[in-house]
Amino acid sequence: MEDSRRHFLKLAGISALGLTAKPVLDAFAKEHGKAPAPEFEEGPKALKAMQWAMVIDTRRFKSDADLQPIIDACDKIHNIPVFENKRHEIKWIWDEEYEHAFPTNPNKFLTERLKDTPFLVLCNHCENPPCVRACPTQATFKRKSDGIVLMDYHRCIGCRFCMAACPFGSRSFNFRDPRPFIPKITMQYPTRMKGVVEKCNFCAERLAVGKLPACVEASKGALVFGDLYDPKSEVRKLLKANYTIRRKQELGTEPAVYYIV
Amino acid sequence: MKDRTLIITGLIIFIALVAFPFWYNMGKASPQPDLVLTAKAKAAGACVMPTAYMRANHMHLLDAWRNSVVRDAKRVFVNPQGKTFNISLTKTCLDCHSNKAEFCDRCHDYASASPYCWDCHLDQSKENK
Repeated sequence: MEDSRRHFLKLAGISALGLTAKPVLDAFAKEHGKAPAPEFEEGPKALKAMQWAMVIDTRRFKSDADLQPIIDACDKIHNIPVFENKRHEIKWIWDEEYEHAFPTNPNKFLTERLKDTPFLVLCNHCENPPCVRACPTQATFKRKSDGIVLMDYHRCIGCRFCMAACPFGSRSFNFRDPRPFIPKITMQYPTRMKGVVEKCNFCAERLAVGKLPACVEASKGALVFGDLYDPKSEVRKLLKANYTIRRKQELGTEPAVYYIV
Repeated sequence: MKDRTLIITGLIIFIALVAFPFWYNMGKASPQPDLVLTAKAKAAGACVMPTAYMRANHMHLLDAWRNSVVRDAKRVFVNPQGKTFNISLTKTCLDCHSNKAEFCDRCHDYASASPYCWDCHLDQSKENK
């Protein structure tokens, strides 16, 4: 029992010491305190959604000539280089044949229209994106605020795991410095550098200032953009009224780009 | 201790050689470069944060800006004085500091820092390359 009193006093002493620690730490913290921290806010005109989605009305497209202005609008504002060599090609939004865009919807005898019409394809901004899971540096990520699958080029180490993971071929790798191959540089938007992967960003920089994506704007209504989880959005109205298909839906990535065929 | 002289001479030569960069450059320290402010930057009077903070921490601020824009979709910066700025290297920073050569490069060269900003972001003072 003697031991126990000794033990108690020791404990009490240490506890008393512990009580004095916080005021001392607070005093130090005050001394080295910083100016009030700056804050970050969203722009006043920013468009918001839970999950941005796109509906492409393929009935409106007859030939490549109908798609070209849409593709050009994107290429121009995002400084997309043009490479002669197909293996170096950088693609954000491009045209594809039906059977390549939808290889798992095979039909022996296609309608003439589907056989001939070019399909507009781009990053699907999947709700369950496999590229994000593959990225070792979290350079590509699904943005929580609006569901866009975005890239932070500063972090990309060029391992190309995401390109292997993406079932839609939506990602391109910069094998060469792209800058000399950009036909007309748009000064307001950065270029990319050699050794990074890039892809469509659903025009995140335009949404932030209240503008719709460039392709949607150039499509004269054939491309419709909106919030997939807002029952009143344009996108949902179209999905309700029309039969739509998505690319490789069976893989479970939940693409957010829908096609009216 | 027969080799005493030899050892000491050797040591002196060794120290002299190791210290070569110091005595060779003695008194030749290059002066800190002068940063040139554009008329627009002068007129604005203050940067987004106090000058001393910017001088020491602009790279950290740029990192925070980038993360805010890319990851959180927050494109407006509110500084401690409550003033708001559009977060953009090209549209905000380089709008005032449109003289990259005299404002950025001069000091980066002096500090032997080679940031890779310009591999992607475009120098606004050079129209189209």
